[in-house]
Amino acid sequence: MIAPSAYLLLSAILFGIGVVGVVARKNILIILMSVELMLNGVNVAFVAAGSYLGDAAGGVFAFMVMTVAAAEAAVGLALLIALYRLKETVDITELKVLKW
Amino acid sequence: MVNGILDYLWLVPALPLLGVVLNGAIALLVERPFLLKEAGLPLAGGHGAGHGSHDDAHGASSHGSAHGHHETPAYRKLVAFIAPGVVGAAFVVALLCVLSLASRPADGRTFVQILFPWIQAGSLLVPAALQLDPLSSVMALVVTGVGFLIHVYSVGYMSHERAFARYFVFLNLFMFAMLILVLANNYLLMFVGWEGVGLCSYLLIGFWYEKQSASDAGKKAFVANRIGDFGVLLAMFLVFWTFGSLTYTEVFAKVPLLRESGVLTTGLATVITLLLFLGATGKSAQIPLYVWLPDAMEGPTPVSALIHAATMVTAGVYMVARSSALFLLAPDTMMVVAVIGAVTAIFSATIGICQTDIKRVLAYSTVSQLGYMFLACGVGAFTAAIFHLMTHAFFKALLFLGSGSVIHALSGEQDMQKMGGLKKYVPVTFATMFVATLAIAGIPGLSGFFSKDEILWQAFSSSHGSPFLWGIAALAAGITAFYMFRLVFLTFFGKSRMDPEVEKHAHESPWTMTVPLMILAVLSVAGGWIGIPAVLGGSNLFEHWLAPVFHPVAAAGAAHGAEAAVHHPAALEIGLMALSVAIALCGIGLAYFLYRVRTGKPAEIAKQWPTLYDVVYHKYYIDEFYEWAVIRRIVTISIGLWEMFDALFIDGIVNGAADLVRAAGDRVRRLQGGVVGGYAFSLLAGAVLLVGYILYRSVVQ
Repeated sequence: MIAPSAYLLLSAILFGIGVVGVVARKNILIILMSVELMLNGVNVAFVAAGSYLGDAAGGVFAFMVMTVAAAEAAVGLALLIALYRLKETVDITELKVLKW
Repeated sequence: MVNGILDYLWLVPALPLLGVVLNGAIALLVERPFLLKEAGLPLAGGHGAGHGSHDDAHGASSHGSAHGHHETPAYRKLVAFIAPGVVGAAFVVALLCVLSLASRPADGRTFVQILFPWIQAGSLLVPAALQLDPLSSVMALVVTGVGFLIHVYSVGYMSHERAFARYFVFLNLFMFAMLILVLANNYLLMFVGWEGVGLCSYLLIGFWYEKQSASDAGKKAFVANRIGDFGVLLAMFLVFWTFGSLTYTEVFAKVPLLRESGVLTTGLATVITLLLFLGATGKSAQIPLYVWLPDAMEGPTPVSALIHAATMVTAGVYMVARSSALFLLAPDTMMVVAVIGAVTAIFSATIGICQTDIKRVLAYSTVSQLGYMFLACGVGAFTAAIFHLMTHAFFKALLFLGSGSVIHALSGEQDMQKMGGLKKYVPVTFATMFVATLAIAGIPGLSGFFSKDEILWQAFSSSHGSPFLWGIAALAAGITAFYMFRLVFLTFFGKSRMDPEVEKHAHESPWTMTVPLMILAVLSVAGGWIGIPAVLGGSNLFEHWLAPVFHPVAAAGAAHGAEAAVHHPAALEIGLMALSVAIALCGIGLAYFLYRVRTGKPAEIAKQWPTLYDVVYHKYYIDEFYEWAVIRRIVTISIGLWEMFDALFIDGIVNGAADLVRAAGDRVRRLQGGVVGGYAFSLLAGAVLLVGYILYRSVVQ
């Protein structure tokens, strides 16, 4: 049996990669994908904890996160397309109208 | 206990208040739109704009005929009925109340009607209550009686005035405030009336507010009065602090007790009374605050008669007499009151000699006569002061109304140098004014003689008096006789110096004006007969009537009582009387010589002593001195405070706070750079810090 700490380590690595992607990348598409990665990192932790504790709630939470993530991806991609049609760019550093 | 008519005492001030409400509604809802329309001004809002040009022609035509026989709008007739009507009704009620009071025994002549509890805060209990006693009944009768006559007179005098209803609103409001002043049973309610009459005085002096001098005079009166009012306020605080009450009866009842227990020291009484007297100098135009009264002549003449001669300016005398129990405890204050009264009497009398404006002569005469009343108060002769107050109300109101009739006849001319020979044009006015002049000069048999001589005698014989005060007052009486006859000779006798155009229109006034003159003339003659002193075989009813108010006071100061009992021989009293009459006759004779026989002489004298004439003509440069010594200083200090304190300090705090916020905002706004990555990093940093903190806490525990 694989130790729970290994699952948590995997979860942390996935989440960390996602965070770096969100903070560092300029392409919105990549940022959205990174967000998915962070969510899935968390999913791993949920499922592992649920399995370790013998509690179904962990799995339930994971499914709920996936549902929300799917919705988020749909809305996010729609916004992205609308934005691209308007600005002809997906570079987030170009989109800084919302400031003082 | 059944009080009969006295239970309706509240009607006395309430009736003029009803007049204020009714006339006020007319003034606001009928007259104001009417006048605005006439002037071609739009009503409030945009509706009138379209009518403007259409009504212009209408307005111009009615202006053209304003002096002739333009049709009287119906509302003016209503106002002319309501305004004197309510005051006349108040007079009738007051008269019935006083008669009912007089039917009681002498020691039971204090009737208090509590209307409602007004202020209840801690130990301060002030009811809204009216008090009718011999003193306030005299005041109430003078105020409503003379007030009614002047209201009737005003209907005629103001007949050419556009803002007819507004005038009578103010006049009714004045009657209400004055009646509250004299009928109040405590200092605070009196102060409400005191301020109310000040307000009405301001409104009526500045009645023709489009004239710069009129609105300035209103302001001057208001400010001068305010200086006095602060004295009254402080005095009220001290009275409450000392006596724990502001109600007259309670305060005066506690005087002997607190005197014995040492709480009410002579020093405290002196401070209270001096502060009260400061208020009196403001309201009653005494040195040093008299300067507003001559300027107050900018108001309509009936206003000068009612407010600035007969009633409001006597409020100070009334208050001093009302507080006589306190004043008698403070000999220093009494001396101050007597000296200020005597000095004011002679000082303003000398100014009156050189004035050429008919109303200003009368104004200085009023200041001078008020000085007499304070002299009487100062020597402890409060009865004489109130007696003179009453007779003065009659003859001075008559003089003012007469001068108003002259001014009316001459289409607004007030300069006596442009009058003369008016006797044949305005015979009724001349006859009545001549009676009043004889009365004020102190010719035996007329009202002024009895009251003035009472004061002179008291100034000489009372324990507070002295021959010196008598001398000043007698000399002032001579000067009074001189300048009053100068006024009469210049106005009614000799050759006409009128503008021919004006002379053509000179006419006797309508009956609404002459009838009040005639009634006042009768009162000026007979008003003094209720106070004929015992030495002339009279019974001095007036003194007996007021005795319950002032007599317990005299009993309290037993030491003074013994002194006052020193009997002066009747021959001395008669002799002094004859002497003062002789002085008055000298004044009249001098006036006759200078203004009838040798008419060129006054100008010669003026040329002979140019400096003296100049100083007196310019009223001793008192206004200029105040301007330099007080007003200029206050303006300098105010500008200094404005620049140093207000602009630098206060504004500095406010602007500093704004600068601080802006500088901070300038720094903080850079956080919102618009770069999404930056926001995401902030989120991350926040999350890391939060999680780190939670972990740290759990590890520590």
